[in-house]
Amino acid sequence: MQNKEELLSIENLTIHYETDDGVVYALNDVSLSVKKGETLGLVGETGAGKTTLARGVLRLVPSPPGVIKNGKVMFGGTDLLSLNEVQMRAIRGSNISMIFQDPMTSLNPVMTVGQQIQEVVEAHNRRFSKEEVIKQAHAMLEMVGISADRSSEYPHQFSGGMKQRVIIAIALACNPQLLIADEPTTALDVTIQAQVLDMITALKDRLHTAMLLITHDLGVVAQNCDRVAIIYAGQIIEIGTLFDIFKHPLHPYTRGLLGSIPSLNKQVQRLSPIKGLMPDPTDLPAGCKFAPRCKYAIEACSAAEIDMHSINANHQVRCILAREEADDE
Amino acid sequence: MSNTDIQPILQVEHLKKYFHTPHGILHAVDDVSFSLNKGETLGVVGESGCGKSTLGRTILRLHEPTEGKVFFEGQEVTSLDKRRMKALRKDMQIIFQDPFASLNPRMTVSETIAESLLIQKIFTRKQSDQLRKRVAELMEYVGLSTKLVNSYPHELDGGRRQRIGIARVLALDPKFIVCDEPVSALDVSIQAQILNLMQDLQDELGLTYLFITHDLSVVKHLSNDIIVMYLGQMVEKSSSSILFEHPTHPYTQALLSAIPVPDPEYEVQRVPLKGELTSPLDPALGCRFAKRCPYVRAACLVDDIPLKEIAPGHYVACTLV
Repeated sequence: MQNKEELLSIENLTIHYETDDGVVYALNDVSLSVKKGETLGLVGETGAGKTTLARGVLRLVPSPPGVIKNGKVMFGGTDLLSLNEVQMRAIRGSNISMIFQDPMTSLNPVMTVGQQIQEVVEAHNRRFSKEEVIKQAHAMLEMVGISADRSSEYPHQFSGGMKQRVIIAIALACNPQLLIADEPTTALDVTIQAQVLDMITALKDRLHTAMLLITHDLGVVAQNCDRVAIIYAGQIIEIGTLFDIFKHPLHPYTRGLLGSIPSLNKQVQRLSPIKGLMPDPTDLPAGCKFAPRCKYAIEACSAAEIDMHSINANHQVRCILAREEADDE
Repeated sequence: MSNTDIQPILQVEHLKKYFHTPHGILHAVDDVSFSLNKGETLGVVGESGCGKSTLGRTILRLHEPTEGKVFFEGQEVTSLDKRRMKALRKDMQIIFQDPFASLNPRMTVSETIAESLLIQKIFTRKQSDQLRKRVAELMEYVGLSTKLVNSYPHELDGGRRQRIGIARVLALDPKFIVCDEPVSALDVSIQAQILNLMQDLQDELGLTYLFITHDLSVVKHLSNDIIVMYLGQMVEKSSSSILFEHPTHPYTQALLSAIPVPDPEYEVQRVPLKGELTSPLDPALGCRFAKRCPYVRAACLVDDIPLKEIAPGHYVACTLV
């Protein structure tokens, strides 16, 4: 049953890509939830399954080769995976919308930015007159800090940061309850990244939108999220509040990630990277997926699948040793 | 890092690189001067389009400078003829940003590494045994399994590809390496592996790095001195610790305050920046940062702002200091 506070809850979602070279186990039994109005950060490295998760929620996983094997995506009491394409289209953009990573390629180069925003407004508000649609589109542009005079310009006339603002305007045009932002600022310079993130946070608070923020940048997470989920090889391996994850990380991978970042506030002579590489998603190890790289690994780690263990109401971790450590205390 | 030998290995004097475009003259690098001591690392930071990559390439004469001089170990690089320049390239090398684009997709790992040895005639094709041995040595040195000798770049991940890029540079036993965003395309855990490797190599081989990046935490971690660039110009230069403790130019302050710090208890005190990077096409007189600067005043727009030494070794180009 879906908790009243929970806007989105993903239950045991499993997505595989069935290719000629074998099955890619992109997402394995992932469960997590986003509460109303909160920002959940989803952190992981390239190939961890972050984008597959986001696309899975919106049913945008290309099929073939993608197959949703199992699981539920509960949103406002309905399982999105049980809807047909027409019903799903009504949800996308108006209830849940998505910001993609690359602002350079997600806009249509032969349509003016105004038209692109109008398109969304029109698609979800069939009863609007032409004037109302244009008025709404202009209002959205102004909201993201672009003068409405520029609505007749084309994407190539905008800089990277401005394009990302246009995309945010499109995503928020129908006042969605949930915004999925897939690496929204990765392609931007730091000063522009700061502007865009500040703006997303301000708009989100004003419109009471919940956000799933997907990123590989722990700094972005620390400054913008309420809770964090760490994903590794298609599994959530640790989830908790910002404080839990940054101050009391329990999973060796989470600790490894934090140890890999050069710090600005303290001088470290040497970084402590995680040795090795992420496992091949077509050939995942048995048991803990991180065990081959983990310096604390014991035999039991590879013997069987590891379950999530609750440390407290918010903090959960998928690690045998962390569980024992917590039990001892 | 050894500080015993403090003779500058590289000196750059009033280096300029302009590109003629249909829309006007693009001032990619505009009057940059610095010197770099042997065994040290100089970080160059700035946002995309500030000219940091062009600076690195112009020093190596991958672009011909418009004006200015570069001295390497006292020898003027900028006036060398082709043959001498090629000989000097053994000492001055570059590691590129994109390990996906900078490797020939049709050459195997060993061919890629061997290529530089053959071009510089350190080995000839006839000495294939020695060549093979040297390549294997280099691969091991940068942490590449020798199993991969016959692999192609597309079979490898970003971290391993960057290791190939490093191995082929080390093959020539260089003294000075321009590192142009060598870890930007990599995931953090892999990034840390590569940064550690580069530090070890520097310690062991006494290498000198010009480290170009937009990532300030990486630059702080590695550099002795840092240059901050904005639209082709150097706006601040100082030792790494001073720059992070007392950033003086408003752009440096804004840049530092914009970095997301991975600590939820960190209080963000952001220096707000208006607008975005403008283009360095036919720039007007005066401070190029003025349009975005929160402290701009009339004096900023009158004339170009010279660098001023506000403390020993700390240079800032701003009318407010």
